[in-house]
Amino acid sequence: MIEIKDISFTYPTGVEALKDVSLTIGDGEFVAIMGQNGAGKTTLVKHFNGLLKPAKGEVLVDGVSTRDVSVAKLARKVGFVFQNPDHQLFSETVEEEIAFALRNFGFDEATIEKRVTWALNLLDLTEYRKTSPFMLSGGERKRVALASVLAWDPTVVILDEPTIGQDHRQKENLRQFIVQLNGQGKTVVVVTHDVEFVAECNPRVVLMTGGQTVADGEAKKILTDTTLTLAASIVPPQITQIFLGLTDLGLPFDVINVSEAKKILLEYLEGANH
Amino acid sequence: MAVVETKALSYTYPGGSKPSLRDVSLTIQKGEFVILTGPSGCGKTTLCRCFNGLIPHFYGGELKGDLRVAELKVSEHPIYEMAKRVGLVFQNPENQLFALSVEKDVAFGLENLGMPRDEIRKRVDWTLQMTGIEELRERAPHELSGGQQQRVAIASVLAMQPEIMIFDEPTSFLDPLGAQKIFEVINDLKNKLGITVILVEHRLDLAAKYADHVVIMDEGKIVLDGEPREIFNSETAWLLGVGIPKAVRLWHLLQENGIALGGVPVSSEEATQFLREVLKR
Repeated sequence: MIEIKDISFTYPTGVEALKDVSLTIGDGEFVAIMGQNGAGKTTLVKHFNGLLKPAKGEVLVDGVSTRDVSVAKLARKVGFVFQNPDHQLFSETVEEEIAFALRNFGFDEATIEKRVTWALNLLDLTEYRKTSPFMLSGGERKRVALASVLAWDPTVVILDEPTIGQDHRQKENLRQFIVQLNGQGKTVVVVTHDVEFVAECNPRVVLMTGGQTVADGEAKKILTDTTLTLAASIVPPQITQIFLGLTDLGLPFDVINVSEAKKILLEYLEGANH
Repeated sequence: MAVVETKALSYTYPGGSKPSLRDVSLTIQKGEFVILTGPSGCGKTTLCRCFNGLIPHFYGGELKGDLRVAELKVSEHPIYEMAKRVGLVFQNPENQLFALSVEKDVAFGLENLGMPRDEIRKRVDWTLQMTGIEELRERAPHELSGGQQQRVAIASVLAMQPEIMIFDEPTSFLDPLGAQKIFEVINDLKNKLGITVILVEHRLDLAAKYADHVVIMDEGKIVLDGEPREIFNSETAWLLGVGIPKAVRLWHLLQENGIALGGVPVSSEEATQFLREVLKR
């Protein structure tokens, strides 16, 4: 469990990135942190694994304050996949990249070999095993970064803007992958402003603006509240936009995904025919 | 008038085991808004590198076939000449920004062209306003968030007012409202200044409505090339897993259930309108 208790954080440049934020993320939850550029989303999640320590308040990971443990120790529990893979990758081959953290955590060579093969396979990277990460495309590098974190099997996985640079099919794979991870009991925290992606996953959504959390609840509730979305520089999902224009016909507006939309429209038309 | 014309273009990167572009023949007319899409690694970015001369002049490799951009044969004109006509906004703004202030970054290209100071100042003001970053004028680009940086990167290319602007997933790092604003800015440039826009994009929900022309690539080849509605409705596009807008998906699902809308909607406004006609019947 991650407990954020009334934290504030100011960067050395004087930018106040977080103001009195409180938030609890339970074990096995799937949470999307959304909001405009500069809202403090990344700053907030960097507190989850102790990369940043709050100036005020405290962050407890499984009851232990992030001030009292090293980032290295916390990382074993809370894996962080950066937005820009180039901030994370440095090895000469994809294989070494994934093995690096495992070596640091002291796994034996046989386990490392097994975990690396598993992670490569999981993220469809086996053919690049011996390739330099820097020869890969942006989307592929993101998958390498994700593989290298998943390889050590953290209980909490934080993904900072995982859909950037991913094509539609890879996004769908990522979605299924996250749902699967979450289904295995892992806590998944995604920082994103990809509204359509969130609409398809339907997680708990925490909305941030100006360094504060302004809403917390079901994706379906938050993404269809135009006052909230506007305040957070988010555009409602396309399906919601369509339904917002049809409310005078007695149709609901809180619809976020296509199959639900189809069902509602077919029922409406059927009702009209009888 | 064609501003981009390729005939049987094939290209292999130095040391590459297979060609990244295979027999690409494409014509883009002046003033078009073109969306270039396709699965990751399909050759979109490689094709864009040909348009501004990075291929072959910077990357080397083996280029075959005909390539004319802005009436120039690209292989015969160096990058600095192509760059005046073809602006490229990269996927990752960090690769593009380097100055100590936003203003200086935006002015850099203009200074290199030897433009008078007053003119530069005016052009910088206009560009910052168009991209909505006036308040960031004095800030250091490296201190900005990813989305803000991308707006600065777009501004610094926009300032040059090239004939053709290529955007390689320019809104990836932007929040949706910011993304929408950028697409509107790009569309405005097309309408007001007649700039030809080539947009490489996976997220089509927001961008589709601006396009006059959609090109889909796969494995180095062009597989679809035409008008947006026709393309989004094509079975090939669905099979390739292109990010078909949700409005089109809904249209398709309804059609499967025997409900025909007035046309293929490329925006939510259109979908609402078409649905209204059916629901009110």
